[in-house]
Amino acid sequence: MSSSGLRDSHIQLNEDGSLRHFLTIDGLSKSLLTEIMDTAERFIDFGQRKIKKAPLLRGYTIVNLFFEPSTRTRTTFEIAAKRLSADVINLNVQRSSSTKGETLLDTARNLQAMHADMLIIRDSHAGAAHLIATHLGDQVQVVNAGDGRHAHPTQAMLDMFTIRQNKPDFSKLAVAIVGDVLHSRVARSQIQALGVLGVPDIRVIGPNTLIPTDVESLGVSAHTSMDSGLKNVDVVIMLRLQRERMTGQLIASEQEYFKIWGLTQDRFQITNKDAIVMHPGPINRGLEISSSMADSSSSLILPQVTNGIAIRMSVLSMVMSGFGSAGESTDDGVGE
Amino acid sequence: MSNTPNIPDFETLLNALVEALDTAAYSDTVLVGIRRGGAWIVDELHTRLGRSEPPGYIDISFYRDDFAMIGLQPEVGGSELPMSIDGAHVMLVDDVIHTGRTIRAAMNELFDCGRPKKISLASLIEREGHELPIRADICPLQLSLNPNEHVKLLGPEPLAFEVVKRK
Repeated sequence: MSSSGLRDSHIQLNEDGSLRHFLTIDGLSKSLLTEIMDTAERFIDFGQRKIKKAPLLRGYTIVNLFFEPSTRTRTTFEIAAKRLSADVINLNVQRSSSTKGETLLDTARNLQAMHADMLIIRDSHAGAAHLIATHLGDQVQVVNAGDGRHAHPTQAMLDMFTIRQNKPDFSKLAVAIVGDVLHSRVARSQIQALGVLGVPDIRVIGPNTLIPTDVESLGVSAHTSMDSGLKNVDVVIMLRLQRERMTGQLIASEQEYFKIWGLTQDRFQITNKDAIVMHPGPINRGLEISSSMADSSSSLILPQVTNGIAIRMSVLSMVMSGFGSAGESTDDGVGE
Repeated sequence: MSNTPNIPDFETLLNALVEALDTAAYSDTVLVGIRRGGAWIVDELHTRLGRSEPPGYIDISFYRDDFAMIGLQPEVGGSELPMSIDGAHVMLVDDVIHTGRTIRAAMNELFDCGRPKKISLASLIEREGHELPIRADICPLQLSLNPNEHVKLLGPEPLAFEVVKRK
């Protein structure tokens, strides 16, 4: 499940330990994850400003290279890049799996030849961003916006950021991730991030057919009942049922799924007082989560989206940090 | 270190700044400190001038012109402008004015948050080496240092200036 983790974390860091690319949570330190959230904190009020822009990435060209459909992730990456004054190009490419590898790398090489400074990549194949970072990583910065079932690190970080805003002490939390864990790159990255940040009680809840067999090796407990799994949790993360990735009959029916695994306000009573509910979106109302639950005051689904902009501004600026030429800065003693 | 100038202690410089600011001409100013040194000074000014409205803080990290070289500076603290600066007379405060680049960045950020009527600049020390046409309106100490010398404010507790030599 995480065999490529060490390689990933090796190539995504500079020699001084700062972020060079952002490919996976796996292998990143608690201090780095905290720095990503702290930097996002500094961007959070930008949305309320008269002019929602800082000139930090002015003159840089960032390409959103999306081989899979996306609304939230692509849009929030675009807004994040624009708020930092970068030039953003959106490429939504329909690509058949038979041309994978060669075409992906060739596309990236072409964009690099156009002097793109950063590629933000979403692809249905695990390792796509890693592949580009391996081959072109000395010329272009690479950010993973979701690769197959492997990782979705910016989603995980915006979720951690949203949790921290509401439950600041990770060391006291019980977090349940519910639903289609098997197909979820989001769950994988979340589990890694929660672990790094020191959450002592991480649970996954779902039918056997949608829970990876080796999930407990990631330091989580698996529950096949909502009643036992949700007991005493502080954070409930619902996952979308990824029907487009399902190749066999993994659930009986949607009605049956909602009856057993759907989150309703009744069922939510099992959790701790003041528990929160999150969902990476898009939500299927009446399938993973009831409408009234999704719209309740415990639901942070829309704040997650807003936080996605600040987290992506943070990641983009950290990855581009110091990417320019060598040189000496003059300073007036600020920030020392 | 023989030619390193003696810098009056922080309290002396601060008192001089308070005295200069405690006049009718500056009574309606909105105090905004540049993090980190200027922010520490603004907190002191706020108390000593007996201002009621909270001061503002500017974190210029996202407006620096040397981001490509030095990257983001973590742990600076973020901008906070609790007041509207539209039509206001902003008193921008920093510890040391040197090249003027920090002030340029801070003014750019201020204009992204509103349209001040006027911006004045106050500092405890202004040293030679301007690279931009920016000068302090109020500054108790003009300083000439060697190019390899660097003056900075240590803080927040206690606040004191230090001159360090760089290679």
